[in-house]
Amino acid sequence: MKASRDLLLVLAALLALLALSAASTLLPPAPWKTAAGLAIAMMKLAVIALYFMRLREHRGLTRVFAAAGLFWLGLLAVLVLSDYLTRGRLH
Amino acid sequence: MTSSSASATSSAREAEQSVTNRLGLWVFLATEVLFFGGMFVAYVIYRHTYPEAFRAGARLMEFGLGTTNTAVLLVSSFFMALGDRAARAGDRRQLRRCLLCVATLGVVFLGIKAVEYHSKFADHLVPGPDFSGTRGPLEIFMTLYFAMTGLHALHMLFGLGAISWLLWRNAGGRPVPVEPVAMVGLYWHFVDCVWIFLYPLFYLPGR
Amino acid sequence: MSADAPPPGYLAAEPGILAWFRTLDHKRIGLLYLFSITGFFMIGAAAAACMRVALLSPQGNLIVSDTYNRLFTLHGVVMIWFFLIPAVPNVLGNFVLPLAIGARDVAFPRLNLASWYIFMAGGALVLYAIAAGGVDTGWTFYTPYSSTYSNGHVMAMAAGVFIAGFSSIFTGLNFIVTIHRLRAPGLTWFRLPLFVWSLYATSIILVLATPILAITLFLMALERGLGVGVFDPKIGGDPLLFQHLFWFYSHPAVYVMILPGMGVVSELFACFARRRIFGYRVMACALLAIAALGFLVWGHHMFVSSQSLYAGLVFSLLSFLVSVPSAVKVFNWTATLHRGSIRLDTPMLYALGFVALFTIGGLTGLFLASLAVDVHVHGTYFIVAHFHYVMVGGMVMAYLGGIHYWWPKISGRLYPEWIARSSAVIIFLGFNLTFFPQFVLGYLGMPRRYAIYPPEFHTLNVCSTAGAAVLGLGYLLPLIYLPWSFFRGAPAGPNPWDATGLEWRTASPPPPHNFEETPVVTAEPYDYPPPP
Repeated sequence: MKASRDLLLVLAALLALLALSAASTLLPPAPWKTAAGLAIAMMKLAVIALYFMRLREHRGLTRVFAAAGLFWLGLLAVLVLSDYLTRGRLH
Repeated sequence: MTSSSASATSSAREAEQSVTNRLGLWVFLATEVLFFGGMFVAYVIYRHTYPEAFRAGARLMEFGLGTTNTAVLLVSSFFMALGDRAARAGDRRQLRRCLLCVATLGVVFLGIKAVEYHSKFADHLVPGPDFSGTRGPLEIFMTLYFAMTGLHALHMLFGLGAISWLLWRNAGGRPVPVEPVAMVGLYWHFVDCVWIFLYPLFYLPGR
Repeated sequence: MSADAPPPGYLAAEPGILAWFRTLDHKRIGLLYLFSITGFFMIGAAAAACMRVALLSPQGNLIVSDTYNRLFTLHGVVMIWFFLIPAVPNVLGNFVLPLAIGARDVAFPRLNLASWYIFMAGGALVLYAIAAGGVDTGWTFYTPYSSTYSNGHVMAMAAGVFIAGFSSIFTGLNFIVTIHRLRAPGLTWFRLPLFVWSLYATSIILVLATPILAITLFLMALERGLGVGVFDPKIGGDPLLFQHLFWFYSHPAVYVMILPGMGVVSELFACFARRRIFGYRVMACALLAIAALGFLVWGHHMFVSSQSLYAGLVFSLLSFLVSVPSAVKVFNWTATLHRGSIRLDTPMLYALGFVALFTIGGLTGLFLASLAVDVHVHGTYFIVAHFHYVMVGGMVMAYLGGIHYWWPKISGRLYPEWIARSSAVIIFLGFNLTFFPQFVLGYLGMPRRYAIYPPEFHTLNVCSTAGAAVLGLGYLLPLIYLPWSFFRGAPAGPNPWDATGLEWRTASPPPPHNFEETPVVTAEPYDYPPPP
């Protein structure tokens, strides 16, 4: 169906990204794999947010609200890590 | 007021309400980001502290089932987006087909999850007094696994309930439920996004 | 219409008791909350009264320590989650917000009613937990005591708080969308009254912080209920993670309590000094700054918890920073009074009391932000005095000031002025008599949450209890004269205070749809005539 071709392309991209992470397990364990796995997840998130959740069309305030949760979670993570990463260092 | 300008005003009001609804739902999704996010932070802290135990834990997960489930959810999001487009076009039957696909895939996801949980029980990997082997950081990994995927599954159940409600709303007689489909769609995509992050955290490490 | 009765308005619109429980009118929902939180306040106050009476004797002759522990837990849980957090936003905010922005109602009226039912459901669980014997963990539910060792009804209490949290989240969601979407024509952001700004800042906190409380209580309950846990040291868990997650919510929560109070106080100062608020834009930005910075300081509750010293340094610095916008607000309120024509009506007395007591509370907060001082006074009555100064001396006074200010709008009637002014003075005196001695007690070393204490602290404890009796009297009086005035007070008319603000442009009490015609705003806020 014509109207759904662009959505099918989006799905294809998502499944390709999934295949990429799955395929990465064929390589031996390595430190970069964590970062790669998360990066791929973030790309999937961006694709879904922009195309399926239509953030590409809804500009302005909707995008700010959409970003706010992740940003705040970042603040929590950074400051909690400031404790755990520095324990035993400055005592 | 002539009927054409009345309907212009009412469709302007609908558009306004649609923006209001959308903003409200995104605020709600922000709260959900933080709700799940608390557990993600706990995961990050403990993965930093016990990297080996977490890698060992992830190796105990069923990689094939996890990857399949991720694909299942991605396809379900596709059908949800397709259904949203159908609703906006007023295509009641296409919407119905899409919603049924989403619901079916959702049930498949939960079914696979049930299989996974069952095998964890069978292998004594459920945290608690019955945990196999020495109790330690692996148990924390498993606790986080059950807590995070469990809450995710609960959200899937709510989503399936919402999809059922949409199917009921879509049944003949009433106007096509464009707004509700859009709202439920955003929720469904969000729940998919949570899983997208659970996958690399619980199935990929150590492989 | 008879001359000695106000117009029926929203109060008479949907007849019958049951209509109140099905209403979608934000004004009625505000009143539902008013009744609920007043009830919870009385329960929390009763617990406080028991504690203060028990503390009259150093040896704890009245009640055993275990009971005392359950009392202070009850007091904290009920007062914080079922009184302080909902008070200004859910009572005054629900009632005033749509009126103040010229709207018919909030953005999602059904969600608004659902919020109240969710609040009551949470409250019911908490009351059940109390009736069944209570909890002795403190309102902070620290693990591993709460998750492993405590014998109280932790699950029910935590479940009640968890559920009530959703009420907060939905209220915040509703207010944010309402303020963005439903403002009257001409009402730009920088024409909004500061009370509206304060509700916006508060709502951001409610929406972003409360979910963390929910997940933290969930994880604690998982540990307790199933014997599995992420905070359990026996399997390598860290109890401090609970504290980090808990305080990430609970520190911003205190700004949820104080910011709406600050918004109310700005309204009161403007009206009763008949002046524009000094530095309006700075005041609005300060509210947002406090909300944002308030998220970054939670570690100051954990200075002695064994979190890393580096984290302690960062949190100490950030805690000093968050005091800056608060201090700016105090200076601006003071500047607003300068050359104003001040009327010492009841709301103004409460507002002045707020500024005095909030300043003391805030300054002592700076002492606590300083790592070295906090090591000395952590866990003592110094902390207890500090937070009661800001929460009770600050927020409760602002709440009462707001109740009195908007009472004519809510009820259509005036309360009796002289009794009301006397109550305000009694409350101010009783409050100081109760809590100032506690600063001294704390600094001298009396620990908090203890039912027994060394005899050298006896005199100050007696003083504090005497003050509590006076304070209680002060709180009792409005509980009598406000309902009385509802039926017998003089009709108020649309604008008894001659105040600016859209809510004063409609009848008292307002009709169900708020305004006969949507107002159009052309003036700046608080456009009182300049002083001569």
